[in-house]
Amino acid sequence: MAALRLLLLLAAASLLVVASRGDASGAGPRGRKLLVLVDDLAVRSSHSAFFGSLQARGLDLEFRLADDPKLSLHRYGQYLYDGLVLFAPSTPRFGGSVDQNAVLEFIDAGHDMILAADSSASDLIRGIATECGIEFDEDPEAMVIDHINYASTEVEGDHTLIAGDDLIQSDVILGSKKIEAPVLFRGIGHAVNPSNSLVLKVLSASPSAYSANPKTKLASPPSLTGSGISLVSIMQARNNARVLISGSLDLFSNRHEKAGNEQFVTETSKWVFHERGHLKAVNVAHHKVGETNEPSMYRINDDLEYSVEIYEWSGTSWKPYVADDVQIQFYMMSPYVLKNMSTDKKGLYSTSFKVPDVYGVFQFKVEYQRLGYTGVSLAKQIPVRPYRHNEYERFITSAYPYYAASFSTMGAFFIFSFAYLYHK
Amino acid sequence: MAEVEASTTASGGDRLRKASAGVLCAFTLLLIGVLAFSIRLFSVVKYESVIHEFDPYFNYRVTQFLSKSGIYEFWNWFDDRTWYPLGRVIGGTVYPGLTLTAGTMWWLLNSVNIPLSVETVCVFTAPIFSANASWATYLLTKEAKGHGAGLMAATILAMVPSYISRSVAGSYDNEAVAIFALIFTFYLYVKTLNTGSLFYATLNALSYFYMVCSWGGYTFIINLIPMHVLLCIITGRYSSRLYIAYAPFVVLGTLLAALVPVVGFNAVLTSEHFASFLVFIILHVVALVYFIKGLLTPRLFKLAMTFVLTVGLALCFAAVAILVALVASSPTKGWSGRSLSLLDPTYASKYIPIIASVSEHQPPTWPSYFMDISVLAFLVPAGIISCFLPLSDASSFLVLYLVTSVYFSGVMVRLMLVLAPAACILSGIALSEAFNVLTRSMKFQRPRSDDGLPAAEDITPGTSSTAATIAKNGNITKEKTENVSKGRPSKKNRKEKEWVGSSPVRPGMEEKLCVLPAEASAMGILFLIILCGLYVVHCVWAAAEAYSAPSIVLTSRSHEGLHVFDDFRESYAWLRHNTEVDDKVASWWDYGYQTTAMANRTVIVDNNTWNNTHIATVGTAMSSPEKAAWEIFNSLDVKYVLVVFGGLIGYPSDDINKFLWMVRIGGGEFPHIKEEDYLRDGNYRVDAQGTPTMLNCLMYKLCYYRFVETDGKGFDRARRYEIGRKHFKLTHFEEVFTTHHWMVRIYKLKPQKNRIRGKLKLKSSSKASSMRKGAGKKNPWQ
Repeated sequence: MAALRLLLLLAAASLLVVASRGDASGAGPRGRKLLVLVDDLAVRSSHSAFFGSLQARGLDLEFRLADDPKLSLHRYGQYLYDGLVLFAPSTPRFGGSVDQNAVLEFIDAGHDMILAADSSASDLIRGIATECGIEFDEDPEAMVIDHINYASTEVEGDHTLIAGDDLIQSDVILGSKKIEAPVLFRGIGHAVNPSNSLVLKVLSASPSAYSANPKTKLASPPSLTGSGISLVSIMQARNNARVLISGSLDLFSNRHEKAGNEQFVTETSKWVFHERGHLKAVNVAHHKVGETNEPSMYRINDDLEYSVEIYEWSGTSWKPYVADDVQIQFYMMSPYVLKNMSTDKKGLYSTSFKVPDVYGVFQFKVEYQRLGYTGVSLAKQIPVRPYRHNEYERFITSAYPYYAASFSTMGAFFIFSFAYLYHK
Repeated sequence: MAEVEASTTASGGDRLRKASAGVLCAFTLLLIGVLAFSIRLFSVVKYESVIHEFDPYFNYRVTQFLSKSGIYEFWNWFDDRTWYPLGRVIGGTVYPGLTLTAGTMWWLLNSVNIPLSVETVCVFTAPIFSANASWATYLLTKEAKGHGAGLMAATILAMVPSYISRSVAGSYDNEAVAIFALIFTFYLYVKTLNTGSLFYATLNALSYFYMVCSWGGYTFIINLIPMHVLLCIITGRYSSRLYIAYAPFVVLGTLLAALVPVVGFNAVLTSEHFASFLVFIILHVVALVYFIKGLLTPRLFKLAMTFVLTVGLALCFAAVAILVALVASSPTKGWSGRSLSLLDPTYASKYIPIIASVSEHQPPTWPSYFMDISVLAFLVPAGIISCFLPLSDASSFLVLYLVTSVYFSGVMVRLMLVLAPAACILSGIALSEAFNVLTRSMKFQRPRSDDGLPAAEDITPGTSSTAATIAKNGNITKEKTENVSKGRPSKKNRKEKEWVGSSPVRPGMEEKLCVLPAEASAMGILFLIILCGLYVVHCVWAAAEAYSAPSIVLTSRSHEGLHVFDDFRESYAWLRHNTEVDDKVASWWDYGYQTTAMANRTVIVDNNTWNNTHIATVGTAMSSPEKAAWEIFNSLDVKYVLVVFGGLIGYPSDDINKFLWMVRIGGGEFPHIKEEDYLRDGNYRVDAQGTPTMLNCLMYKLCYYRFVETDGKGFDRARRYEIGRKHFKLTHFEEVFTTHHWMVRIYKLKPQKNRIRGKLKLKSSSKASSMRKGAGKKNPWQ
């Protein structure tokens, strides 16, 4: 009876484990609650297609005016939202307890943000963008003008509605479906410091574009020109928080139906809110070849196997991540072993190698940084010891002459002393 | 020996006297042991039962490991918590003698159900072995000059300040057991020399093995004994006893020494050991010569001599050439840095800053001689004189020991410890002889003429040497008889015969001795007693006041009473309780052992300075500006940086005062660190005259961060001036803990910035920094 009960208990426990595992694999990397800050509640309807696509993907939007005095990002030390959509380009200051630092702390706590600026964006918005490594044109009235690649619907005018098709080549950020139609853009351009490894230009202007105030005559050469101008950029912080910064709020609006805008903003927002390109590495395991237990220490010249499972979040579930360039380092001040890991296409990456003939405190390091993906950075410390006193070879062939010499000397000495002492 | 004496003097009264003298002697020795043990307990009584200083903490940690994991684990211990990320093979790089001794003591106590903690055993190991050392001193001196001198020397050694400084309770260091091993090895050598017994020769080798296990100073033995053998040969004192004392010792000793992992093949590869092999060869040549001399007639011998001399000289040249070639081909020219600094005192400070940076490797000053051996310095010459009256093998050994150790103590203050036993022995001899002469002359002033011996003890000193002179006079004949008789009689017989040869003959010396007037003798005795009294007072004072501080706890006496500074343990406890187990802590190497032992955190460098480059890396980081330092530390996975700062309470041996060594050691490996950048006109200072490099380096910033908040002026009490830069911020480090008296400050490395800022802000910040720089140019010491 007791045994049966035990069995039942065990079964229940294992079911529980399975269930909890299923839960874990079902949960995405990010929560679903977004705060949308707008200047004017009209944005809600003028950009309804974009918001609709977010809501259709299960995101929970909360619309607030940017100067709402009750605005707060966190309460009792807990953040209330998992993401921020800042569609308030001209707000001079936020209401409530939110300010530039609060927004930046929100990002540094690992949350995502879409920020749309515009020409005549406020210093607040510019400040947030600068802190993220994006430098808007310093002239507040400037817009990006392109007299060649402008939207065909507006042939006349100042050519500020430009058509951008210089998109970043990345399926992770823009989705696997190619954006055929050009993306229409009217707004302020920005520059990105090329040495800044965290920021990427998603949509760049064409070589014929420049940034200037369309209402005045060009007095001096424009500071931003050509493809150096970025229209939409993304930043992935070191803690994998993602930020998309656009120089135009108009980009997200319902107006440009025929253009590629809708697809562009939908796909990039999927990326920003971690519905794509988020990797997780789990079940790091290493052991000696032929064993299964993880030792606390290796010996020099041991053969070992290392494996890690890497999954990608597809928006609904964790899918195996497949690539052939995931590398493992066996590292002590510099990599002693650097090897590509092979994958079984089900997410498991593994390899085996021989521990180098050097003792010390090594690390298993996986540093996987790929365009658009969150960084995978694993480090696990493992000491490598030299041979124990009884692990060396006992009898070496080349030493036999010495053994023979010592034993024959001993024998000879014995005979000599015997002869010396007892021979008359 | 006592038996022989007993058999020669068979009268009943004498036997009773001998027995009571023996009992008295044993009782005195017991008291000496108690004295040696108890005089070292001041540190426990005044402070607490705690391990002292730096190295003892490492030894303590190793002992803990030994007691927990057993000897094989200890032997193969690879420690991944020091020298990150290199690690250290402790089993193969440590002298295991001390650890094994204390571990065995602990195990024995526990197996008889005395549950002492490992720490208690470690704390009291040094006092116990001091008692052993004084007994060994008694034995050694007794071999040379008889019981009286032995007891005197043992008493003096039991409380010599130099030895106390290294063996107070809690000073759990190699020297604590090594001095005992050293004296005991010398005793066994002299004993073998006096008896010619193979048994003692074997014991001698074993004792030498224990010494090799315990301390790197064993090279002193393996050089001193060959020197003495050579001396004996040159002065024509070669005998079969000398051969027995030396040859087995070298062979067995070298074999045994090679068993200790830390010595290993060094026992035959480095030139510290070459002298012993050379003397070994010479000894055999001499033995052969004496053997042949015994076989041949004098005329033939002369002929053979000339022949052998020519051949021998040629062979010698060949051997020397081979030796030189060997030395030249072996790494570091066969000499290790520490040994070279012994031979050439300026070597270390010239070439190896890491050796020169340790204060105990500096040459001592004159006052330290008076501090450490006190009145012995005056008694030693008298001891030398009495060793020459008459000179025996044993007494010549003592003189040689003294002379060499005086030289070595002049090179390195640490080796004062080796001098101390020699000084004690010779002073003991001097005092005992002086008392002998004085008491005897007082006795002879009495009208009754006494042809018996005045004092019971002093039979031995004269005897063996007289025997030696007799042997010298009748050299050829005696050798001959010995050689003839060698083959036939059994071993025991031969031994007895030898004994007869050198058995104590009552020398008629008393008559020749000068007899002093009674008043002068009384005055002399009084004077000597006062001298001894002064010595005792000085020793007790030194033990109580000078050498008992554990250095991890500081005290200061002010008008308010005793003030205790327990900052070190406070900081280590903070680390132990507030950081992750695998976090790495960077500090200057002085604090490495303590951090691993007390805080149980991984350190980058520690007091076992085996990797100069690694230490130089830390030194470079400490002397670099903040950002460069952050990069160095980050590449070593360092989480916390610990600095010791004495500016608030005036603690002089803090990191700022050690900083120039960090610069020197760092600059030795990384030439972009230049010492002159840190000196203003050759002066090292951190006040307003300090150089900008100095005032910007990490060490300065970590030490003086927020220091101005304490008194508003930034007055440094250790340097006695106001500091140069008072208001500054840290960008890559954050202060996480500062102890009560600011003696230890712990900083955490800030993580890398989550985002990289754009240029707009950068421009303004760079403008600010350039403005600051500009301001700095106008007044660089602001």
